[in-house]
Amino acid sequence: MNLHEYQSRELLRKAGIPVPPGDVASTPAEARQIAERLGGRVVVKAQVHAGGRGKAGGVKLAASPQEAEAVAAKILGMQIKGLTVHQVLVAPAAEIASEAYVGVIVDRSSQSPVFMVSPAGGIDIEEVAAKTPEKIFRQRVDARYGLLPHQALGLAFRLYSDAGKARQAADILAKLYQAFVGAGASLAEINPLVVTPEGQVLALDAKIVVDDNELERRPAIEALRDATAEEPSEVRAREANLTYIKLDGNVGCIVNGAGLAMATMDLVKYYGGEPANFLDIGGSSNPEKVVSALRIITEDKHVRAILFNIFGGITRCDDVANGIVAATRQFTVEVPIVIRLTGTNEQQAVAILNGVGMKALTDMDEAVKQAVALVKGGKAA
Amino acid sequence: MSIFIDKDTRLVVQGITGRDGSFHTKAMIEYGTRVVAGVTPGKGGQAFEGTVPIFNTVAEAVTGVGANTSVIYVPAKAAADAVFEAADAGIGLIVCITEGVPVLDMTRVMPYVRDKGARLLGPNCPGLITPGVCKVGIIPGMLAASGPIGVVSRSGTLTYEVVYQLTRAGIGQTTCVGIGGDPIIGTNFIDCLEAFERDPATKAVVMIGEIGGTDEQNAAEFVHTRMKKPVVGFIAGQTAPPGRRMGHAGAIISGSSGTAAEKMHAFEQAGIAVMQRPADVVGLIRERM
Repeated sequence: MNLHEYQSRELLRKAGIPVPPGDVASTPAEARQIAERLGGRVVVKAQVHAGGRGKAGGVKLAASPQEAEAVAAKILGMQIKGLTVHQVLVAPAAEIASEAYVGVIVDRSSQSPVFMVSPAGGIDIEEVAAKTPEKIFRQRVDARYGLLPHQALGLAFRLYSDAGKARQAADILAKLYQAFVGAGASLAEINPLVVTPEGQVLALDAKIVVDDNELERRPAIEALRDATAEEPSEVRAREANLTYIKLDGNVGCIVNGAGLAMATMDLVKYYGGEPANFLDIGGSSNPEKVVSALRIITEDKHVRAILFNIFGGITRCDDVANGIVAATRQFTVEVPIVIRLTGTNEQQAVAILNGVGMKALTDMDEAVKQAVALVKGGKAA
Repeated sequence: MSIFIDKDTRLVVQGITGRDGSFHTKAMIEYGTRVVAGVTPGKGGQAFEGTVPIFNTVAEAVTGVGANTSVIYVPAKAAADAVFEAADAGIGLIVCITEGVPVLDMTRVMPYVRDKGARLLGPNCPGLITPGVCKVGIIPGMLAASGPIGVVSRSGTLTYEVVYQLTRAGIGQTTCVGIGGDPIIGTNFIDCLEAFERDPATKAVVMIGEIGGTDEQNAAEFVHTRMKKPVVGFIAGQTAPPGRRMGHAGAIISGSSGTAAEKMHAFEQAGIAVMQRPADVVGLIRERM
């Protein structure tokens, strides 16, 4: 789960990291009030889960509270990469002497948290990594002991040769690690970490991505979820315990297991069709989940045929068949459904489907071919 | 022959009285796996289905009945401690089926397990099966048949699909291993490939990967430099949009090093025959046997 910049800043502030003041506004009038309170020049920043906000016109300076209101009026409601801006952060326009990058991620290959710091901050760190890798410094952390003080100071001296600034940065790195672990994050970064003309080290912008698997045991973090920042159908799917990602095609796919779901989408493409979505009903699926899945797919008006690909293991085929039958009793499915079922309780499932005049296939390729033929106006075999 | 599990596997089930644990314990016993113990704290002294002794701790299962392998079906929030407990008790192979284990938990689990000299498979994996001998986890037994092919996969049901295609075509398997799709896992492709290369009964290997991370590329390099046996590979997620999460925490395209196209290219460069679809496995394996 992505946190907004203002939420990430708040978590860092709570961890004791110096963060400039600022507040979030959802109306232009609120933006003006915050600017009045802060005094002086402010920056107004769109709060959306998309990179490149500045380039898209979602970050603007304002010299006065009136200007902050006008700028906020333009940014609020704006679309950035398909996402509507509902909130803006209003913060003082800081004077900056230098910009650095600091971040900590969970690294798959070393199976550890790894810090990355660079004195070349303020821009896309991936670009720095690609073009000038010598400007990125790494420190692997043994998660059993955390970031050790000498490791933090060693990284800090990579950023600042001045001992006073390095000590401030080391303190920020230690607290960033605490915030990272405390939030159950898979990424926490400050970009840029700045030095003011007075020599104070400050976190100007922050980004935290939380591991979804942490949310159950961290209700305070879960409460930060902004459902308005996500595709509504994906929110409903999550609430029904389904993993759903909407795509642009017209063959709706309902599959158990992420790997098989991706392979099914690939096979739709292989036979000349376009998948409308990724949808994983997960293991031990009950009939209600199947009903929810069908409801979500049928609401996508681009879908011209629905393909079930179920390989029963933990998932029982008869549960899926019962779900399909229940769904067709609750609402009308106007597009044809192609069903492939094999594995646990396959025979019971076939009997259930046959009972309502539906058929089931056992071969994945055959089912995908039929679904693709149906959207192309051909007939099912 | 086989890898990791065989007729000497003596299994303890952690979470044996839970809904998933009890269901799959019955299936494993029916398949012929020697389930020697179960662990559910507070139910020590009872017996599962009247036959399998239940202990309060894994250590008691090891000293009491000689368990050497464990399988974990406990809820996600308790999974890391279950792995720690199995490693502390001296279990050699720990198979964690549980999904949803926080990745930060895994950053603490992995160095600990390594220090204890144990092997962890998973988490968020379907386990493994040596057809006709033993299965540990949730892979449906009727899919697999004994034969000369090693199967290693990051996926669950996609593994079933490929094993089903092989078995239906009369091509059996030595061992099928599901390593799990999470960002941090205990046993990776290379560990399995190395074991299959050493296993005299395995004549060829099927490797099933997916988008995200660089494990498949590293495995391709291993196949190229260290393996003599033929390898056939598949990558799921060719149609996945960049940057979107597809259910597995591991299936995130990060930069340019996690796309299906890049992984398939690495396979080809390493001399791995690339399947365009799961059903291609049969033809490609036949050509190489």
